[in-house]
Amino acid sequence: MLPLIGIAVVVIGFMARLNPLLVVTVAALVTGLAGGMGPVEVIETFGKAFKENRYVSVVWVVLPVIGLLERAGLQERAKSLIGQVKAATVGRLLLLYFILRQATAALGLTSLGGHAQMVRPLIAPMAEAAAETHHGPLPDGMRQTIRAHAAAADNVALFFGEDIFIAIASILLIKGFLEQNGIIVEPLQLSVCAIPTAIVALLVHGTRLMLLDRRLARTLAEARP
Amino acid sequence: MIGLEVLYVIGGAFFAAIAVLSARDASNPKRWKNTAFWGLFAASFLFGSHIPDFANGLIVIAMVAVAGFGGLGRGEPATSSPAERAESAARLGNRLFLPALAIPATALAGTFLFKRPELAGLVDPKQATLVSLILGVFVALAIAMPMLRARPATPLQEGRRLLDTVGWAAVLPQMLAALGAVFAAAGVGAVIGQLAGQWLPDGSRLAAVAAYTFGMAIFTMVMGNAFAAFPVMTAGIGLPLIVQRFGGDPAIMGAIGMLSGFCGTLMTPMAANFNIVPAALLELKDRNGVIRAQLPTALILLLANTALMYALVFRF
Repeated sequence: MLPLIGIAVVVIGFMARLNPLLVVTVAALVTGLAGGMGPVEVIETFGKAFKENRYVSVVWVVLPVIGLLERAGLQERAKSLIGQVKAATVGRLLLLYFILRQATAALGLTSLGGHAQMVRPLIAPMAEAAAETHHGPLPDGMRQTIRAHAAAADNVALFFGEDIFIAIASILLIKGFLEQNGIIVEPLQLSVCAIPTAIVALLVHGTRLMLLDRRLARTLAEARP
Repeated sequence: MIGLEVLYVIGGAFFAAIAVLSARDASNPKRWKNTAFWGLFAASFLFGSHIPDFANGLIVIAMVAVAGFGGLGRGEPATSSPAERAESAARLGNRLFLPALAIPATALAGTFLFKRPELAGLVDPKQATLVSLILGVFVALAIAMPMLRARPATPLQEGRRLLDTVGWAAVLPQMLAALGAVFAAAGVGAVIGQLAGQWLPDGSRLAAVAAYTFGMAIFTMVMGNAFAAFPVMTAGIGLPLIVQRFGGDPAIMGAIGMLSGFCGTLMTPMAANFNIVPAALLELKDRNGVIRAQLPTALILLLANTALMYALVFRF
């Protein structure tokens, strides 16, 4: 039971809105100590794991390009492009992005989207522009909701698209785990099993995006005198 | 061969530049904290592979000591005004998209090309996508710099402007991955598996399926990662109950079980790179804004996964 203290630290720390870096580090140190490691060994284990996961943070190297293009008006250009398309609404635009993201992820092309490369410079400004075309200037709360939905569309489409591809990490993990337990499955069997959920995800999230359009129209009509 | 080590040197150089530029920005009241934080991170990237793990651990703890109390500051690098951006957007038109789309295009092309036998040995095949993505950054810069007649320091300053909006959250995903490794080393998964085993629902197939799918989602929310939850929950509930006692199909169980975990990923701040980092990147006031937008979809899909598994797993 003792190693579970770290989980309690994480839950309480996040609920108390303490700095997450601090919470995670304390949780790691406490868990290691509770699991029977000495202080030096805990710091070594944490340091080694941090070092081996540096690849997670390499993607920040895209920021200079994105920032440079923003400086030159990339977001403004994305907005004016969408502003010309009268049929574009927030929901339709995000649904189109959702379908493209899910379809490409299903082909294994998971690096085609992403929050730093696509959502911040292109998708979120386009969604805001689509709302402005139909409803005029947006109140700040609405702008925040639209941005949050742009990020959500990227996540949901990615998660429920990528498992259709046979060589994605999660499929290989399932195959490897079952193999260790003496059960042989083909990656193709697993990826076929991901298709029903992918369809449900498209239907559910697509419906929500269409309802978002209605909610925006209603809220903004009420807000106006 | 180009692999992770080369990428770490590039990343280290970028973070070191951020540290230097932060130190020179008097507009940031916390500039020395920013300098120390990104400087330490740069050191981890540049030297992490060559120093003892204890020293790596001390670097992390020092970074947390800098950022964990009172956070980092935000610099104000000179950037363009809204009017200048509108003018520049009108003048350059759709050419502006070219460098932006060059990044995913290079990532895509490289992923395929670097795996071809003619190019074998050039790039580590396991890291082909990540190497190609970073290569894409340089391709994009090569297109954008002459097009915009930008000075060499400009991309770095603009990169700092964006990195400062994200702040310490930029390091959180890596930190959480490290926490997962400590959890594994301390045997957290095994303890949870035992507990799940003790609370096993008896008899009903539906109860077994629901315990597995909801267990995957909840444990994923705690760990921030479905990959960490999968072996534990599957060994604790999935294999002994669904497959062995009730004769369910292991492929269906595994695939839908993992997808149930993904529902948990949509609902937890522990999955920082999907939920907390975009909230910071999009400058949302509510750190959990993205999670709120995802919550209804995640809950409906969790129920759908439970229903799908119950309907399919005993049929094949």
